[in-house]
Amino acid sequence: MNVEAIAPETVPGWETVIGLEVHAELATATKLFSSAPNRFGGQPNTNVDPVSLGLPGSLPVLNEQAVELAIRVGLALNCQVQRSVFSRKNYFYPDMPKDFQISQYDLPINGEGWLELPDGHRVGIERAHLEEDTGKSTHVGGGGRIHEAGYSLVDYNRAGVPLIEIVGAPDLRSAEEARSYVAELRAILVTIGASDGKMEEGSMRVDCNVSVRPVGQAEFGTRCEIKNINSLRSLGRAISYEARRQVDLITSGERVEQQTRHWNEDEGRTHKLRSKEEAYDYRYFPEPDLVPVEPSDEWIDAIRAALPMLPRERRLRLAEAASIDTSAAALTVERGLDDLAVDAIAEGADAPRVLVHAENNLADGAGRLDGASFAALVKMETGGDLTATQTKTVLATLVAEGGEPAIVAADLGFEAMDIGEMEVLVDRLIAEHPDDWTAFISGDEQERKKKSGFFVGQVMKATNGKADGRAVNELLAHRARS
Amino acid sequence: MSARGLAAAVRSGERSARSVVDEHLETIRSGEPEIHAFNLVLADEALAAADEVDRRVAAGEDPGPLAGVPVALKDNLCTRGVPTTCSSRILEGWLPPYDATVVERLAAAGAVVVGKTNLDEFAMGSSTENSAFGVTHNPLDPTRVPGGSSGGSAAAVAAGFAPLALGSDTGGSIRQPAALCGVVGVKPTYGAVSRYGLVAFASSLDQIGPLTRTVSDAAMLLEAIGGHDPRDSTSIPEPAASLTEVLDRGVEGLRIGVIEELSGNGLEGIADDVRSRLGEAASVLDTAGATVETTSVPSTVYGLSAYYVIAPAEASSNLARYDGVRYGLRIDAPNTGDMNTATRTAGFGNEVKRRIMLGTYALSAGYYDAYYGKSQKVRTLIVQDFARAYEEFDLLLCPTAPTTAFPIGEKTADPMTMYLNDVCTIPSNLAGHPAMSVPFGVGDDGMPVGVQILAPAMGEPTMFQAAAVLESAGSRS
Repeated sequence: MNVEAIAPETVPGWETVIGLEVHAELATATKLFSSAPNRFGGQPNTNVDPVSLGLPGSLPVLNEQAVELAIRVGLALNCQVQRSVFSRKNYFYPDMPKDFQISQYDLPINGEGWLELPDGHRVGIERAHLEEDTGKSTHVGGGGRIHEAGYSLVDYNRAGVPLIEIVGAPDLRSAEEARSYVAELRAILVTIGASDGKMEEGSMRVDCNVSVRPVGQAEFGTRCEIKNINSLRSLGRAISYEARRQVDLITSGERVEQQTRHWNEDEGRTHKLRSKEEAYDYRYFPEPDLVPVEPSDEWIDAIRAALPMLPRERRLRLAEAASIDTSAAALTVERGLDDLAVDAIAEGADAPRVLVHAENNLADGAGRLDGASFAALVKMETGGDLTATQTKTVLATLVAEGGEPAIVAADLGFEAMDIGEMEVLVDRLIAEHPDDWTAFISGDEQERKKKSGFFVGQVMKATNGKADGRAVNELLAHRARS
Repeated sequence: MSARGLAAAVRSGERSARSVVDEHLETIRSGEPEIHAFNLVLADEALAAADEVDRRVAAGEDPGPLAGVPVALKDNLCTRGVPTTCSSRILEGWLPPYDATVVERLAAAGAVVVGKTNLDEFAMGSSTENSAFGVTHNPLDPTRVPGGSSGGSAAAVAAGFAPLALGSDTGGSIRQPAALCGVVGVKPTYGAVSRYGLVAFASSLDQIGPLTRTVSDAAMLLEAIGGHDPRDSTSIPEPAASLTEVLDRGVEGLRIGVIEELSGNGLEGIADDVRSRLGEAASVLDTAGATVETTSVPSTVYGLSAYYVIAPAEASSNLARYDGVRYGLRIDAPNTGDMNTATRTAGFGNEVKRRIMLGTYALSAGYYDAYYGKSQKVRTLIVQDFARAYEEFDLLLCPTAPTTAFPIGEKTADPMTMYLNDVCTIPSNLAGHPAMSVPFGVGDDGMPVGVQILAPAMGEPTMFQAAAVLESAGSRS
């Protein structure tokens, strides 16, 4: 079964409702409640101390850097940053050293906020709270599955690493939108230095709540939570599969049961982990070993003032500069080329050409290119001094080596062709290829295109690519009318 | 001899630390078989530590204010490389890789640890009968309990095994055994002494404190272990209060209230002889120049009920980590869940299991508000009632325990009767206030009676002033 082909939004009459819970590891030097290093990898059980192992008698002490990063996240997501309290979430699990997780429950550090997707659609954020990560279990024997394993090993290097859990509102309506949300969130987290956002290393993890409802129905359907999503691709596939599963259940007269489900990437399907009735009773209560977190207004203001420009602000800035909409600005911002583009446009370069180069010719970054020379280059192109092909070649040189566009172009032997020379050349080619010329003049649209391509090609051949293709086309059109 | 006297002798070179420690180890050797105050006696380590103190004295270095003084540690305080059992099978074989903050501070003060003392398992009990390693006997009458849960520490001091001991007090576990063994016991203000390295029972109530023969020794010990510790987030960011210098200030002009509800009127179970001693103590303070009046702190009588929800709730979470995965006992089973269950079934005693179940229930979905939530409200009421009382009074007075030491085995069959032992001590834990028990005369059975002095948060200096007055009057009677 091809899961890509059964995206639920393609099932007529049904709507998918998606809410995401994203866990991101905060890029602190040490763990959330101790001075053990927060470091990925390393020999098992080396980044540990009495606190992160939950040894008897050990006590948690809150990491100030983690609080600062959490506040950055809250401010970047337009959340209310507030007084917060840690609670204990109690359940038994071998990779959780204390058999409870210190998390935030009724009083999270960041309250409601929002995130704006590149297309301008705003997704609600319900909260973004601090909590500690668990260790990792490895099941040895039995193919790595817990029930067949001969024994299990636990590595507590990750135990106690600070996490921010960002709970999104059920505002997403398609797998594509969900992917866009996660991509945007990741870009924000990386931009503000809160997290490295690496899904493949597990430093960013996504749990996904999915329900379906007939289009037009106001109430939400019964949701299922999907765990074990490790990439943007998995996210899209899992949502598509799960939504389709739920639609199929309902249309065949069955009910969707509220469940926690596991995404199996290899099989391309979700399967049941536990039902609502089997859900844990976490017995939350305020963590008595910690005191409430009450960041001062001064501190919050200082953190706000130090925030870098966010992807949304960059899109808005570029969109305004280039007179385009924010979606069209997204790719350039994503590539980190928007400063360059905005500078070049400010220097008077043609915005559409600037964006074409940013999107097509600078995929590997801008290298040694700066805004002023980018602008000068684009002006040479639009002024007819360089052809598109020549411009691309000069651009590559500027990226690799820097320099003045005019000098680089001259060094490469790129000189604009005199329009008089080009007229002589075109007239000669028309004379040499009378049948092609007739076909160009009297042929249909397709034939005309084909023949213009032929003549442009001949001109390029004769000039070693120095001619401007657009100028040749204009000349051909002029000759055809006369 | 008092700790103060021993330290002075060692510091001046009049006595060697080794001779002091040797003498106490000899007392332990002869008395311990009958009393069983210790889970572990650290004779070799103590002698080595004593030699180090002597070396420092000889070298002209400052050996610390408690130089060469033997100290006994309740066996729920972590000691690096030395078994720390909480008198539970479940921690068998575990060696902490670190010292509790108080243990570090004792070492820095020159004190010498002579052993780890018995307790009710995980400090849950009032008689030290709930230990997995046997009952501790009251040195004043070995057929009776020493109280608990710091019964081993109280007995060690009363038996002369060490002039100083540390205990922990969650609902009275320092003060009640101090009263029953005729020694001084102090529960400091919550946050005055670091809990880092104290194996948790109920984190919002636990405090470490001294058990000593004299008020002055308690003051010295508290000065040595108190003060801010960045490793405990609930530690008060202040240095330890100066106590030894206020001991001779008397109580002239102090206003002292006797808590009506906890002194026999309106509360059943306070024995007549205990009430009589309390009345005499009030007279002593009055004669010494304090104004003593009866006062009402009404919500204190609900403290016991609230405590037996809050403490087990926190304990159910604190004790979850004893699951057989990382350290201590493990009973193997085919899968992790069964291994957890088998380990905990074998490793915990009945009282611990009872409290884990109580606490788990109290925090369960649908019951939280009715039990945990309501108990927190009672706790707030108690804090408010105390605040009102402290507008009128500098200190409050009530018995420490309802009776003198009871016979071993008398209350083990009835947990509710046992729990009632803590009715007078629990309110201070719920409020986070300091309180101490001072021996004051004996009951009809000839066993010691303790009088409890309560103070507002950070009120230790005034509390110690009154304790010193009671102590000197008690020693004359």
